[in-house]
Amino acid sequence: MSHPAPAGPVLEVDGVSVRFGALIAVNRVSLSVGRGQIVAIIGPNGAGKTTLLNAVSGFYHPYEGRITFEGKDRTRLQPPDVAALGIARTFQNVALFKGMSVLDNIMTGRLLKMRGSFLLEALYWGPAKRQELEHRAFVERIIDFLEIQAIRKTPAGRLPYGLQKRVELARALAAEPKLLLLDEPMAGMNVEEKEDMCRFILDVNHEFGTTIALIEHDMGVVMDICDRVVVLDYGRKIADGPPAEVRKDQAVLDAYLGVAHE
Amino acid sequence: MAAVAKSTDAQALDPEHDTFPKLVRLNARRLGNKVAIREKDFGIWQAYTWSQYFEQARLIALGLASLGFARGDRVAIVGDNRPQLYWAVMAAQALGGVPVPIYQDSIEKELEYIVDHAEVRFAVVEDQEQVDKLLSVRARCRHLQHVVYDDPRGMRTYSEPGLVSLAELCELGKKFEVGHPTHFDDEVARGAADDVAILCYTSGTTGAPKGAMLSHRNLIATARNAARCEGLDQDEEVLSYLPMAWVGDHIFSYAQAIIMGFAINCPESPVTVLSDLKEIAPTYFFGPPRIWESILTGVMIRVEDAARPKRAMVHFFLRLAQDIERKRLSRQAVPLWQRLLYLLGSILVYGPLKDNLGFSRVRRAYTAGEAIGPEIFLFFRGLGVNVKQLYGMTEASVFVTIQRDGDVRLDTVGTPITDVEIRISGEGEVLFRSPGVFQGYAKNPEATRQTLEDGWIRSGDAGFLDHDGHLKIIDRAKDVSRLADGTIFAPKFLENKLKFSPYVREAVCIGQGRPCVTAFINIDLAAVGNWAERRNIAYTSYADLAQKAEVYELIHREVERVNRSLAEDEVLRGAQVRRFLILHKELDPDDEEITRTRKVRRGYIAQKYAPLIEALYSGQDRVQVEAKVTYEDGRTGTMRADVSIRDVDVSSAQAAR
Repeated sequence: MSHPAPAGPVLEVDGVSVRFGALIAVNRVSLSVGRGQIVAIIGPNGAGKTTLLNAVSGFYHPYEGRITFEGKDRTRLQPPDVAALGIARTFQNVALFKGMSVLDNIMTGRLLKMRGSFLLEALYWGPAKRQELEHRAFVERIIDFLEIQAIRKTPAGRLPYGLQKRVELARALAAEPKLLLLDEPMAGMNVEEKEDMCRFILDVNHEFGTTIALIEHDMGVVMDICDRVVVLDYGRKIADGPPAEVRKDQAVLDAYLGVAHE
Repeated sequence: MAAVAKSTDAQALDPEHDTFPKLVRLNARRLGNKVAIREKDFGIWQAYTWSQYFEQARLIALGLASLGFARGDRVAIVGDNRPQLYWAVMAAQALGGVPVPIYQDSIEKELEYIVDHAEVRFAVVEDQEQVDKLLSVRARCRHLQHVVYDDPRGMRTYSEPGLVSLAELCELGKKFEVGHPTHFDDEVARGAADDVAILCYTSGTTGAPKGAMLSHRNLIATARNAARCEGLDQDEEVLSYLPMAWVGDHIFSYAQAIIMGFAINCPESPVTVLSDLKEIAPTYFFGPPRIWESILTGVMIRVEDAARPKRAMVHFFLRLAQDIERKRLSRQAVPLWQRLLYLLGSILVYGPLKDNLGFSRVRRAYTAGEAIGPEIFLFFRGLGVNVKQLYGMTEASVFVTIQRDGDVRLDTVGTPITDVEIRISGEGEVLFRSPGVFQGYAKNPEATRQTLEDGWIRSGDAGFLDHDGHLKIIDRAKDVSRLADGTIFAPKFLENKLKFSPYVREAVCIGQGRPCVTAFINIDLAAVGNWAERRNIAYTSYADLAQKAEVYELIHREVERVNRSLAEDEVLRGAQVRRFLILHKELDPDDEEITRTRKVRRGYIAQKYAPLIEALYSGQDRVQVEAKVTYEDGRTGTMRADVSIRDVDVSSAQAAR
C-alpha cells in the first residue's frame, strides 16, 4: 500500500480503560492510528473491540487514560462533539432510519454541516435552498461512489442486509470524516458482498485519504486491506503491527486457538 | 418468391456528408444548441448539445492522434452506454480508424479473442474494471498499446505505461492541435463512404465470434431508409440501454441519432434502467422480447400485491384491452360498448400504467431477435404502446423488414423496408439483398463466402413470404430437423412457446434423431420466486427452488399448455414435449451456454449436459449432475445437484378442443 508518510498520528489512545462496574472491558489499551492508514482491531468475542470504539466515539467515557484526536485531548467529549471533530462511524447492528429513503438517511450524515434557521429551511428559500442543493450534490457523489443509485429512493428498511451496511457507510462518509470507525463492516455478508465492501473501503481510503479504523473477524479481509493490526484479548492489547507479523505472533495464535488463561 | 421495395432515391451520398464525423459536424452547425445526448449522473440528467458532442469527439480524436493514431487503427470500446464512449466511436471514425465495441460483461478470454483478432491498438474504456481486463489481456495481445479510461475512480495507484485518462487525453489533444491546427479537419475530409465504420463482433451460436465490417454507406443508407419508412424526426428521444457492442444500439443510438439529429439518453447504471425509462419516457424504443417480458412480469407481480378490488379492476381492463387488440389485428370490428369501456380503461388503468412504465410518449417501439409471446405483444399493444416486430441482422446493418403502422400482425415480422429485396431459397432459407449488406467478416473469407453470395445474404433462418408480402420466420434453418420417426422438429419454435410462460425464462428442446422431444427448462427466478412466496414455499437459492415438487407441478402445467397448442398444428403435432427437467443452474453466457444476446448454443449444451440428455431418454426419474460454473471474475467452481425428471402427457387434437 502506498500511503503518504503519516504526519503525526490522527488518533492516539493512551492507557485507556473502560469499566462497567467490576468488569474491566478495556484494560489500559494504548494505540495510535497514523494519518491515511487503515488499522484493524481484531480479537475473540468479548475482547473489548466495540467498547474501545465506543470510547473513541464518545459513547463511553474511559475510566482512566487519554484519547487524543489530531493532537487535542478529547477524552470527555459527547458523541455529537466527537462527530463535529470529524469522526464518523458505522454500527455492528445496522442503525438506519428504516422508514426513510436511502437518500434521506445519507442526508442525515450532513446534518452537522448544515446551519440555518428553521423558518428558512421550511420555506426552502434563499441560503437554505442553496445549502440544501450543495449538500444534495455532495450526497449524490457518495451515492455514485458506492454504486447505490438504484436504491436512492428505496426505504432503508426494505433493503437486504449487505446493502444496508453500504448505506451506513454512505451516511458515515457524508459527514466528510477525517477518521472513519467501522464496526464489523463485513459481518454477515457473502463472499461477493465482502469483496465489494473491501473495494469500497480501499477506494474511500485512496480517493478521500480518510483514515480508517475497523473491527473485523474475517482474517482474509484484514490481511488484504489493512496496514496495521491491533489485537485485543480480554480487554488487553496483545499485539500491534503489520498483518504479516501479527499473523505469526504466538500470543495471537493462543488467543484465537484457545489456551488456558490463568 | 420475391419481394422488392422500391427505392426512392439513388445510393449516391453527398461527399460532404458521407461519413458519421461529417454528419456530426453538420449537426453541430445546424442544430448546435439542440440536446444530442443526456446522461444521468449524480442523480441529474446532464445534457450535451450537438456542438458539445462534436467538440468532445474532436478533442478525443486529437488526443488519440497525439499518441500516434494511424488511419485504419482499431479502437476497442468497452463499457456501459456513456456519452464519452459514443464520442470515442466518432473520434476513431474521424481519424479513419475503426471502432470495435465489445460487450462490457465479456470475461477476459472473450475480450482477449476479439482484441487479438481485430488487432486492436487503442482501447477506450469506462472504468477500472475494464482497465484491469485490458491490462491483463495486453500481455498477450501484441497490437494493444494504449488504454484510455473515463472514470478515474480507483485508478490513482496505476502506473502502467500507455494508460491515460480521458481528461488527460483531451489535454494532450489540445496541445497537439496547437502544432497541427488542421489535422482533424484533414483527417475527416479523407474519410469516404466506403470506409469501414464499425467492426461488430457477433457472438454466433457456434464457434468463435465473427467481426462483421459495416461501412459508413451501409449504415447511413439503412438507418436513413428505416427512419423514412417509420417517419422518425429530430425530436425523438431514445433510451440507450442496450450494449454498445450490439449492432442495434449502434444503429439506434449512434447512426440514426446522428442522421436525424435526435437525442439519446444514457441510464445512470445498468440497474436503474427501468426508473430511467420512466423519467425519460422515450418516443422511440427498442427492446428484445426478454425486456418486454420482464417489464410485463414486473407489472404482474405488482398487480398481485394490490388490494382485491383494484386487482379485479386491472385484470378486467387488461383482458378487455387484449380482446380489442386481438380483434383489431385480425381486422374485425370492435363493438361500440367495448370502445366506450376502453375509454374508461384509459383513464383508470392504461394511462397511469403507461405513464408508470415510461411509455406515455412512445410513438414507435420495436421487438426483434426472437419471437415474442402473443400475450406479451397483445398486452403492450392493448395498452396503446405501438410495439411492432422487425427482422434484422448485424450483417444487414439491422433493418430487413418492419411491420408498418396499421399493418401489424402477431405472427409475421413485417414487410421489407426501402431498397431491401427478399428471396426464399429452394431449401426454404430467407435470403436478402440491401444497401446495408456488410463488407464481409474481418480476416475470415471462408465465413464471408458462406454468408454472402453475389450480394445476397443467407440469413440462416427458415421462413416464407405470405400473400401480402409479409415475412414469416419459422426457425433457424439448421436447427429444423426430424425425430427418429421422421416427424418434423423445430426446437426454437417449441422453446419460444415454452418461454411465453412468465415462469419459464429459458428452454432447450432436444429431439433430433431421438424417439421423442424432451426439454431442459430454466425457471424465471423473479416470477417463480414470487409465486412460491405467495404459497409459503420456502427456498434458499435458484437450485433449491428449481427442484421443488410444487415448481415441477407448475412447469408441468405450462408444458401441457404448450402440448395442447401444438396438437392444433397439423405439421408439428408429433413433436410434443414428452419429458422435461428443470436445470439446477441458470444458463449463462459466462459458461458459454448462451450467447450474450441470449441465444441458445445447442451444440455446446448437448455436449455439456450429455448425462442429463441420456437420463431424459432412459426412463430414470432422477439424475445426479456435477456442473462447472464460471464466476464473473473468471474463476471456476463446481456444483453438484440432484435433478428430477417429469413425464408429460401428449395432447391429442380432440383433447385440444
